[in-house]
Amino acid sequence: MRNWFKSGAPWIWMTGGAVSISLVAVVGLLVLIAWRGLSFFWPSTVYEFDLEELNGQRHTVIGELYDSEKVSAERVLSSGVKLPEQHDEVITRYLLKTGNREYVDLDFRWIMETQIKTKTAPQDIAVFERSTNGNFYGYVEGLLEAGEAVNATDKRAELIKRMERAIALNQQADDLQHGPIGSINYELERLRLKERGLALNGELDEAAKADFEAQRQALHDDYLVLEKELFAFRDQASRDAVIVRDMDGRQVTLPMQKVLDVHFPNDMGFFAKFGHWVHQLAKFVSSDPREANTEGGVFPAIFGTVFMVMLMAVIVTPLGVVAAIYLHEYAKKGPITKMIRIAVINLAGVPSIVYGVFGLGFFVYMVGGSLDQIFYPEALPSPTFGSPGVIWSALTLAILTLPVVIVSTEEGLSRIPSSVRQGSLALGATKAETLWRIIVPMASPAIMTGLILAVARAAGEVAPLMLVGVVKMAPTLPLDGNFPYFHLERKFMHLGFHIYDVGFQSPNVEAARPLVYATAFLLVTVIIGLNMSAISIRNRLREKFRSLDQ
Amino acid sequence: MAEEFSLSLAGSRKRLVTDKLAKYGVTTGAVLVLTALLLIFVYLLYVVQPIFESADIEKQTTLKVQSQGKTLALGMEEQNEIAYRMTDGGLVEFISLQGESSGSVILQKQLAGKVTAFSQTIPSKGMMVYGFDDGTIQIIHPDFEVSYPNDQRLIEPSVSYPLGESHLTIDESGGAIKHLAFEMSDEQAGIAAVMADGRAVFMALTAEQNMMTEEVTWTPVSTVLPDAPAKVDQILLLPNLRNLYLRSGNRLAIYDISDVDDVHLTTMMDINSPGANVTKVRLLTGASSLIVGNDNGDISQWFEVVKDGSRKLTLIREFKAEAGIIDIAPEFFRKGFLTLDDEGYLGIFHTTGNTRLLSEKLSDKPLEAVAISPRANAILVEEPGLLSLYHLDNEHPEVTWSALWQEVWYEGYPEPDYVWQSTSASDEFEPKLSLVPISFGTIKAAFYAMLFAVPIALAGAIYTAYFMSAPVRSIVKPTVELMEALPTVILGFLAGLWLAPIVEENLPGIVMLIIGLPIGVLLAAFIWHNLPKSIKQATPEGAHSLILIPVVILVGYAAFALSTPVEYWLFGGDARKFLTNELGIDFDQRNSLVVGIAMGFAVIPTIYSIAEDAVFSVPKHLTNGSLALGATSWQTLVRVVILTASPGIFSAVMMGLGRAVGETMIVLMATGNTPLMDWSIFQGMRTLAANIAVEMPESEVGSSHYRVLFLAAFVLFVFTFCFNTVAEFVRQRLREKYSSL
Repeated sequence: MRNWFKSGAPWIWMTGGAVSISLVAVVGLLVLIAWRGLSFFWPSTVYEFDLEELNGQRHTVIGELYDSEKVSAERVLSSGVKLPEQHDEVITRYLLKTGNREYVDLDFRWIMETQIKTKTAPQDIAVFERSTNGNFYGYVEGLLEAGEAVNATDKRAELIKRMERAIALNQQADDLQHGPIGSINYELERLRLKERGLALNGELDEAAKADFEAQRQALHDDYLVLEKELFAFRDQASRDAVIVRDMDGRQVTLPMQKVLDVHFPNDMGFFAKFGHWVHQLAKFVSSDPREANTEGGVFPAIFGTVFMVMLMAVIVTPLGVVAAIYLHEYAKKGPITKMIRIAVINLAGVPSIVYGVFGLGFFVYMVGGSLDQIFYPEALPSPTFGSPGVIWSALTLAILTLPVVIVSTEEGLSRIPSSVRQGSLALGATKAETLWRIIVPMASPAIMTGLILAVARAAGEVAPLMLVGVVKMAPTLPLDGNFPYFHLERKFMHLGFHIYDVGFQSPNVEAARPLVYATAFLLVTVIIGLNMSAISIRNRLREKFRSLDQ
Repeated sequence: MAEEFSLSLAGSRKRLVTDKLAKYGVTTGAVLVLTALLLIFVYLLYVVQPIFESADIEKQTTLKVQSQGKTLALGMEEQNEIAYRMTDGGLVEFISLQGESSGSVILQKQLAGKVTAFSQTIPSKGMMVYGFDDGTIQIIHPDFEVSYPNDQRLIEPSVSYPLGESHLTIDESGGAIKHLAFEMSDEQAGIAAVMADGRAVFMALTAEQNMMTEEVTWTPVSTVLPDAPAKVDQILLLPNLRNLYLRSGNRLAIYDISDVDDVHLTTMMDINSPGANVTKVRLLTGASSLIVGNDNGDISQWFEVVKDGSRKLTLIREFKAEAGIIDIAPEFFRKGFLTLDDEGYLGIFHTTGNTRLLSEKLSDKPLEAVAISPRANAILVEEPGLLSLYHLDNEHPEVTWSALWQEVWYEGYPEPDYVWQSTSASDEFEPKLSLVPISFGTIKAAFYAMLFAVPIALAGAIYTAYFMSAPVRSIVKPTVELMEALPTVILGFLAGLWLAPIVEENLPGIVMLIIGLPIGVLLAAFIWHNLPKSIKQATPEGAHSLILIPVVILVGYAAFALSTPVEYWLFGGDARKFLTNELGIDFDQRNSLVVGIAMGFAVIPTIYSIAEDAVFSVPKHLTNGSLALGATSWQTLVRVVILTASPGIFSAVMMGLGRAVGETMIVLMATGNTPLMDWSIFQGMRTLAANIAVEMPESEVGSSHYRVLFLAAFVLFVFTFCFNTVAEFVRQRLREKYSSL
């Protein structure tokens, strides 16, 4: 034993243990996020519980099993919950998601295992996903058309048919509202600003005024037509309703207009569930958030993240490559170049929030404020570029990721054997030609790597964005059908900020939590995918030049 | 041959020009990029720099005072366009300060009666009260109405009477009023007066609004102050109508007047500075501090401090002017004040900043009165017959080195303290901008993160670089490094919403895990050691960590499974309650332990990656030599490898520290963000970075708060930049050393 200790073997094991802990932590973390994020969309069984209170009162609760934990009875008692006289030291309690938010006080509730008398999973419990007030659980009792009961042989098929009709109508109404009607509003605002601009320059005469008035009238007339159409769609969509019996035996009429989806989880086979899962996952990625971001999808956040990151890539690539080429090919090798290089590397280690502060002060207030003074005086005092926006976020992150691109490109340049350069020069090419025709194409995988790493870093960065342009809910995307199509001054939504906002600022954290996991999983997948591709490109590049060297 | 060569070049002049152009193009572009990076540093400094500037004044105009009489009060309206002056003859006049008409009197009003006493309320209320020889008073308020005819600003002065234009009788029998004080709020008003016969009278007025006509009537109740000093020099009344001060020479008699029916003397005390006499006392904005001026130039600040359950007026800090104080003018909204002394010096001071911002001789002749504008950007000084308007540049008096980094005795606090509290709903709020608590929080968070990360990262790096076989290493290293790519917002979210509740509910489990992991590993190692040789030889060298993975998982599972039973056994079923009740340790759900673990995970890959590189690139002939001389592999590791790689390991730790210090999202989400100064592992903190993220979006551009946040960012920038530079420098040196070995 003593010899064993003296040999140092236990300490080797300890260092080995550190690696194991790191590995378990990394893999565990990823599995946790993936599991929690993906299982949310799996249709889970809905149970009907028969509960008995301490005073003998019995009632029924219908809900999904959300979570369960073993807690000490002591802790339960100290939190004010009463337990029967005889109880175990450790008690299992279940968190149920009961939905039906407008009829019960809490859509999540803890129940003790001691309360449960029976637990069943009836086949015909329906889960309604609604556009407001969250899920509704209950039994389908009947269908209404314009207030009259509908006789249908297959109730479920009829329900789904009518639901799809309402969804299609709602979709048409939404398209109308966001498409043509949105454009009219945008045009009206542009007219207002144009008029104000003329007034500021003193060029607004009676003729111009009349012209503006005529244009406005024309838009208004268009609007009235569209509005009529919109109301017609809405009217038709509100025709049907469904009667549902909830856990308290109440007959609740749900307007079909509000129903987004209905399924019978206890009556689904594995493949039906899988199909539902894929469908829900697709909806999550492609639809807009609802209910203060706690439900629905994350499409605007995905769009915002991608748009901002692409904008950033367009800015950072030329700048980073030029700086790297200068440092490696043109600058004199000396202490100053070395110092600059170290400084650039170190900038990558400066906290991102510092870049955010710089971006807010310099880009938003100073540059943006001046732009407003010069180009958009008619919109003042409401700022155009003088407030946080997607362009400033992209610029800030471009500066933040500049060191990544420079370092990676330089590394690529230094891997190119000097014999290649000398060969080119010896054949009579100028330095610029050598660079442009030989060096840069050979370094392009390294540049690509740097860019991918920069994009991965930028996509995960949140702290600086909180200062320079990200918002919890952006009414419009930075890209739409209204001239000039790219609206760089607009604020945008971001996956990372979405996680922070929904997880920590939302009123109903419990309901939003699975959504946060799903969003986190999405973000992690994107970033790890980008990193993996960067690594593989880098490795391939190394192999290529290793063979060149020999 | 040479000739031919140059000829061929001459033929491609265009190519040469392109070559030159490319060179200059790239150089200019690169210089621009590098300048942009330098700009960060310069710009942060540019925003921060104004807070350390002292005050500056510049004379704008001098006007002749046209009317007679000694000035009792001087003031200006917000735009510094019109000044007002009240004289001892009962004259109220408004003087234009700007434009062609500057110096001319715009409006003049003569009050009826012979003036015997005068006083003014705190500046933000802006009311004046005159006392007359018949025992009556009149309250006036200079009003300014701003209108914009033809888009031009026009300010019209007028005089209003908050308690009515007719005189209000304080005491009919006492003769003339000698001294006077007045304060008023929406529902209450108080008047204190010393009469010619020596009696001190306090009158409280309560407002009552008529429901029908909405007319306000004031009901007076008056009492005579008991035990009043024989000779009173000054009366001071607090706007909250709780306390009344009678100054008689250097002695201050403090009265409790909160109940009109029970007005009593609480205490008497001397407030002069040693060997000097008090010349003037004024209330500071917010009215909880007294500023006392002495005839030797000493100025002291006093406020009530709760000590042992009772309130006591306490000397807080002292300032020094050049000579005896003549006049004191508090600022309208900040805790600063101006003084005039009898050698003609103007002094500008700030209490929280504990600093004299300016001392400048304005005139050889004695000065009479000083006033500051509501926006604190202009000063009006009167010398006999002349009024001078100065522009004042004093944007950030409250931010000084001592206010940022030293203990400050804030109003209402029992003792000097480090406090960060930047905003409040009240106008008269004293901003508390000490960077100490948030810097402390930064260090605390980084410390706990490093405590967790350094052992794991370094041990892991050493094992990976030194013992692991190449194929395993090529999988393990990228996997750990993958963690670096994980967005910190995800780590923060998991820490706050997943880990924090787990830690809270399984405290014994967490402690057991920390103790159990090393023990479990050792135990596994010992069992392995005693296994038959055949099994041991069948496993490849350097597979320890793979064997240990199930052990780690098992220990983890056991620790959590045993958590609740242990909790019952040792802590009566609720460890958290036990901590709070039995040990008196406060427990936050989002505490340093959670931050330490979460941020530790963010830092591990940084340290691991750099340290692993350093250990791995230790030249093989060194280790081979050591092993050949008979050292065991552990001895070689400790005495040769780690020693050689130690600069690299050091730089890895520095880099990790740099990252931990600047991390924002994890701290923001995994702590309560309360600026506490406490090393307890079960409490949260607020860090510089999180503080910026929380407060920056709400901060007013250009305000002291905004600039202090920039200073925080600058501190972070310089700190991490220096750390990283040292680390990078060490690493480069090491690389050179290796290549020479």
